[in-house]
Amino acid sequence: MKPNLEHNVKPYDDPAQNGRRSFGDALSPWLFLAPALLIFLYFKFIPMLRGVQMSFYKVSFGDADEWVGWDNFARVFTDEALRNAAGRTLLYVLVTVTLSAFIGLLLAQALQGTARHMRILRTAMFLPAVTSAAVVAEIWRILYAPTPAGVVNTVIGWVGAAPQGFFSNPDQALAALMGMHVWKHVPYDTVIFVAGLAGVNRELYDAAAVDGANAWHRFVHVTLPGLAPAITVVLTLGCIRGFRVFTEVYATTGGGPAGSTEVVMTHIYKQGFQELDFGYAAAASTVLFLFTAIATAAFLAWRRRGKR
Amino acid sequence: MNIDSSSGHAAAAGTRAAWLQWAARGLLYAMLVVVFVGPFWAFLMTALSGVTIAPGRLLLWPEQPTLENFRYAWFDAKVWRYLLNSAVVVVVGTALQLAVSALAAYALARKRFRGLALVSFLVLSTMMLPEEVIAIPLFMVLGNLPLLNLSLQNTHLGMILPVVGWAFSIFMLTEFMRAIPLELEEAARVDGANDWQVFWLVILPLCKPALGTAAVFGFIMIWDQYLLPLLVTNRESLYTLPVALATVRADETMKPAVFIAVSVIAMLPSILVYLGLQKAFNRGLLAGAVKG
Repeated sequence: MKPNLEHNVKPYDDPAQNGRRSFGDALSPWLFLAPALLIFLYFKFIPMLRGVQMSFYKVSFGDADEWVGWDNFARVFTDEALRNAAGRTLLYVLVTVTLSAFIGLLLAQALQGTARHMRILRTAMFLPAVTSAAVVAEIWRILYAPTPAGVVNTVIGWVGAAPQGFFSNPDQALAALMGMHVWKHVPYDTVIFVAGLAGVNRELYDAAAVDGANAWHRFVHVTLPGLAPAITVVLTLGCIRGFRVFTEVYATTGGGPAGSTEVVMTHIYKQGFQELDFGYAAAASTVLFLFTAIATAAFLAWRRRGKR
Repeated sequence: MNIDSSSGHAAAAGTRAAWLQWAARGLLYAMLVVVFVGPFWAFLMTALSGVTIAPGRLLLWPEQPTLENFRYAWFDAKVWRYLLNSAVVVVVGTALQLAVSALAAYALARKRFRGLALVSFLVLSTMMLPEEVIAIPLFMVLGNLPLLNLSLQNTHLGMILPVVGWAFSIFMLTEFMRAIPLELEEAARVDGANDWQVFWLVILPLCKPALGTAAVFGFIMIWDQYLLPLLVTNRESLYTLPVALATVRADETMKPAVFIAVSVIAMLPSILVYLGLQKAFNRGLLAGAVKG
């Protein structure tokens, strides 16, 4: 049922064909686009430009804002708390993206196919993915309860481990968050890989089998190359999701305990809404945006080059 | 654990290996269900239990089954009000998002005009502007819309309008509309239909499956909003359910099972929409996956 992606727009309203185009015809597409463009203008582009502008001011409520030049940016690059948060975010992205893709790949191998029970299983395991991040946070606050009766503590108790603190232990909170994140996003990755596997040419498997390739060789030389587009999608989406992570952290640990889970977005949010340092928060957001935009663009360019 | 099914190996090793493989698969499936569905099940069962449970404990089967926790959550913890806020935001938001996306998609898919490439680029660029990154300035803009001198702070509209424009929805509908044969449109034009009539009478009815998909994704996306309501309001009476969870949790006089009931109410809408409209949902998932 997927629409085919080929452009079949013929120039039926090409002015060269229809003679002179009336003013109304030229205006028409813009009328269709106007609502979307207006919404984007007000809630995406103006805020973005305003954010860049705010980055150069000390924003104060009531008084006029004070121009401070590059000061905010200078602070962004010397702020140790932000640097730590950035390091933590990077680690968070690396671990969650890799782990989630890896588990997703394994599960996709086990859950591929169109058999009825496979579809039911895939549906069942997709529940975390459609549950809102705030609810997932509450679920895991309870699962990770630091008491002996807590669910995760009960499970690790079966193998003899002592009860752990999880979100309340500065040494474990970030890892606990990563576990929660992977739980929510593995289903997405699995489904994308299942779709990717369905597109791998079956004949290649047969050919490999004839050549005497074992399961591992088939996986490395047939499955993985066939999954390249799916892997790209999973990694790109995972990185974008990871760098902007906010709700999962804010609704569970709030960046604590002792700042051990402070990520870039929670740090920026606090600088803005708790310290009321909006200029600085805007500058840090601008840097985060530039970083993700450049990283995404570079990645897409590299991917396009690889295709040619 | 090697979970690759390979009939050649199984046949060689005989029925014992086949049985082992079958058992391993069964075990894996059971583990998946426990890990990914278990928490939802335990939440529901605990919420239905009348016994007093220790904080952090969950039940796998209701003890002293009762709806009292839900009753308390609904009336005394005022979940009805948060759910109403959420419903207003999600229903109006999804409807507007669908309308705006369909209109834009029609122009992008079926029209050629100067500026098409620029518009496509602008729409695409919004995908790189998640609201987390523009949260701080968005807060300022919502407080005073440029030119209009209007504040959307503390209004439902403030939580709705920013999510009405969604590039994913626009692009998905654009791709679908491109695939509709031009002959259908030309036939209508010969009969004297204008752009609006072509859009409304020819294209939209053919887009129903794609509109369904866009609606499901829009619903789940808007239901998931967390930072935006936080930016728009600090009045509890305007909180949507996901944002209100923290407020409800902070009430220490409440039994743990009541808060679990509140969480169950908060997880149900998106899960029900997903389960009910699964076909539409999966279509969109694959469209997104293939497109990247």
